[in-house]
Amino acid sequence: MIAPAQPDLVTVNIDGKEIAVPRGTNVIEAARLVAIDVPHYCYHPKLSVVGNCRMCLIEMGLPAVDPATKAPIMDPASGKQKINWMPRPQIGCATNVSPGLHVRTTTPQIKDCREGVMEFLLINHPLDCPICDQAGECKLQEQATQYGRGYSRFVEQKNVKPKRTPLGPRVMLDDERCILCSRCIRFCKEVAKDDVLGFIDRGSFSTLTCYPGKQLENNYSLNTVDICPVGALTSTDFRFKMRVWFLKQTNSIDTESSVGANTVVWSREGVIYRITPRRNDAVNDTWMADSGRLLYKQVAAPDRLSAITVQGAAGTLASAAAAASTLFQAGAVAVVGSGRSTVEEQFLTKQLAATLGARVSLVSRVGQGDKILISADRNPNLRGALVTGLIDTLPSAQLAALGAAIEAGQVKTVVAIGEDLAAAGLTAAQLAKVSIVYLGTHANATSVAAKIVVPTLTVFEKAGTFINQQFRIQKFARAVPGPAGASDDLAALSALIAAAGGAAIAADLPAIWAQLAAEVPALATMTYRNIPDTGLLLDGTPWSALPFVEGETLHYKPAAAPALATA
Amino acid sequence: MAVIPVDRKPLSFAERTYMPQILSGMKITFKHLMAPKVTMEYPEERPAIPAGYRGVPTLVKDPNGREKCVSCQLCEFVCPPKAIRITPGEIPPDAPTRHVEKAPQAFDIDMLRCIYCGLCQEVCPEEAIFLQQQYTMTGYSREEMVNHKDRLYELGGTLPDEHYKWDKKKAAEEHGNAH
Repeated sequence: MIAPAQPDLVTVNIDGKEIAVPRGTNVIEAARLVAIDVPHYCYHPKLSVVGNCRMCLIEMGLPAVDPATKAPIMDPASGKQKINWMPRPQIGCATNVSPGLHVRTTTPQIKDCREGVMEFLLINHPLDCPICDQAGECKLQEQATQYGRGYSRFVEQKNVKPKRTPLGPRVMLDDERCILCSRCIRFCKEVAKDDVLGFIDRGSFSTLTCYPGKQLENNYSLNTVDICPVGALTSTDFRFKMRVWFLKQTNSIDTESSVGANTVVWSREGVIYRITPRRNDAVNDTWMADSGRLLYKQVAAPDRLSAITVQGAAGTLASAAAAASTLFQAGAVAVVGSGRSTVEEQFLTKQLAATLGARVSLVSRVGQGDKILISADRNPNLRGALVTGLIDTLPSAQLAALGAAIEAGQVKTVVAIGEDLAAAGLTAAQLAKVSIVYLGTHANATSVAAKIVVPTLTVFEKAGTFINQQFRIQKFARAVPGPAGASDDLAALSALIAAAGGAAIAADLPAIWAQLAAEVPALATMTYRNIPDTGLLLDGTPWSALPFVEGETLHYKPAAAPALATA
Repeated sequence: MAVIPVDRKPLSFAERTYMPQILSGMKITFKHLMAPKVTMEYPEERPAIPAGYRGVPTLVKDPNGREKCVSCQLCEFVCPPKAIRITPGEIPPDAPTRHVEKAPQAFDIDMLRCIYCGLCQEVCPEEAIFLQQQYTMTGYSREEMVNHKDRLYELGGTLPDEHYKWDKKKAAEEHGNAH
């Protein structure tokens, strides 16, 4: 990594506090650095500035200079340079810092301005908070407690607008609540590159709508719900399901593709209600794909495996390990690892394969990349398998080599870790020829054919790390407890290693990380605890020659072979 | 320990007959026999409950029979012993109260947990939950002691409404300032 050049810093004074910020920063961001909150609705750090809500008004002043000589004019009272304060307030979002800029955010004039803006915004706002999904995370609610007047001077009738207009399959619009901040419009235009939203009509008739014949149906539409500062845009999936203040937030990672978008899983009492993006400026900014938000539904899916079975009969982890031990003693074992497993699980998979002397296959999943936050490689942790040494070349799409080995009778037992062998290209006849040990979360052709089935946990029910396409190692935490009958992946793998005759490994993260740091050179100085929430970039140069399938995404540019992009 | 001798006064003749004590006791008995009754024949007879009494929490409907609760879950949030459990739900778009959009799918109050504090009534923005005058809750099992939504409405009945907030909203939608 080449260190970024030292940015051009300018010193500004915000409410009496001096701070040096990069040139081009706006006043809202500069104030944030000195922990001063400038309220705003339309401004969003990752979108263009329009300045239409007028909430972020500030007073600004510049050091006075003599117009003729350009010499600083000194204030004799303080001995400092005089500040020429502008008579009218300015909007903070569209005011970029300049050297010596002085800003006041708490003067009576500013308070008056904000109260005036709030009063206008609330004039036609319905008294909807009891039924509004945004309640609890609503900027309008928050600012109303500081700048609202507590009663309304508006005696006329409020505007009536449509309350439930579907903008697309996943987004519902409540027009009465909309404050016309245009964040959703700018998001669609600038980030999703799908320009479908716009305002029509004037004045109090202004309405957000889709262009004729279009719908807000791109795979990033739910980000408009996240950035809506009020409850105008709501998700049809989360709508009226649960109030946000009950939900526990857990940091997680989107497992859809190798982008590894940072997410927050919102759960209550072991039930997940929604998934939203978590800001990580190096990976996903503040966005995530809609498809990743529905992944929580796999947790309570009806085809979820819930009991250990050995030869079709109910068993325990010990009996499964004993049965596996018998299979392993016959030799000729193949291990199918997974690019969906965590780094820790892949490390244990490698230990298992090494103990068994087994060959390891990985299943490749390649889809269409969308150049934003879905990459072509749909395995969230293929890089983890490379870093831990589970594999040293990229996996092929089909398990053809394994299939041929089964046909030739060289493989008698297959340990499938989270992978459906039938979906990965093995035929039913090939599956019937081998004994299968299956560790996985959901029922599929492999779990039906398997001799030993150990149900494991989904990404929401365990903690671990993934390494994304940038070779950024990112950790996720456990949001909800696993279902009864499911075993922790690490415990199951540890039991299999013991069954194969290897040294037992404690199935907890600190113990595995001690071993990972000792044996994996790329992770030598790390522990699970000291990985920051936004991840840690590893050195990917040892693998830079491999023909990765990913094309360009939001914060990733393929290093080599762009011909393979968006395969 | 010092020993303190106590003089035992010999009883007088009247005292030895026990008559003064019996008569004074009978006087109290007869006084109460004549006095107005202070007990009541519970459960056939019930006391008058003062206004503001905090009895069993109930859900109420407005005079038009609309269920007032919109499942905002503030009572669930504020409830100190976590006795309230609400499953929010959407009002189907073909219902007459569709403009309210939201109503509870399930509303359970566990009366074994309820401490009759009245915070749910105080916090309710829709004036839908009231601690009314019902003061006895009995049951043979723990399940019976959980009041479900239909039971809560049965206990609550209908109360007068000062605001008709949602009716006004509907009227505005139909005739008012429609955009």
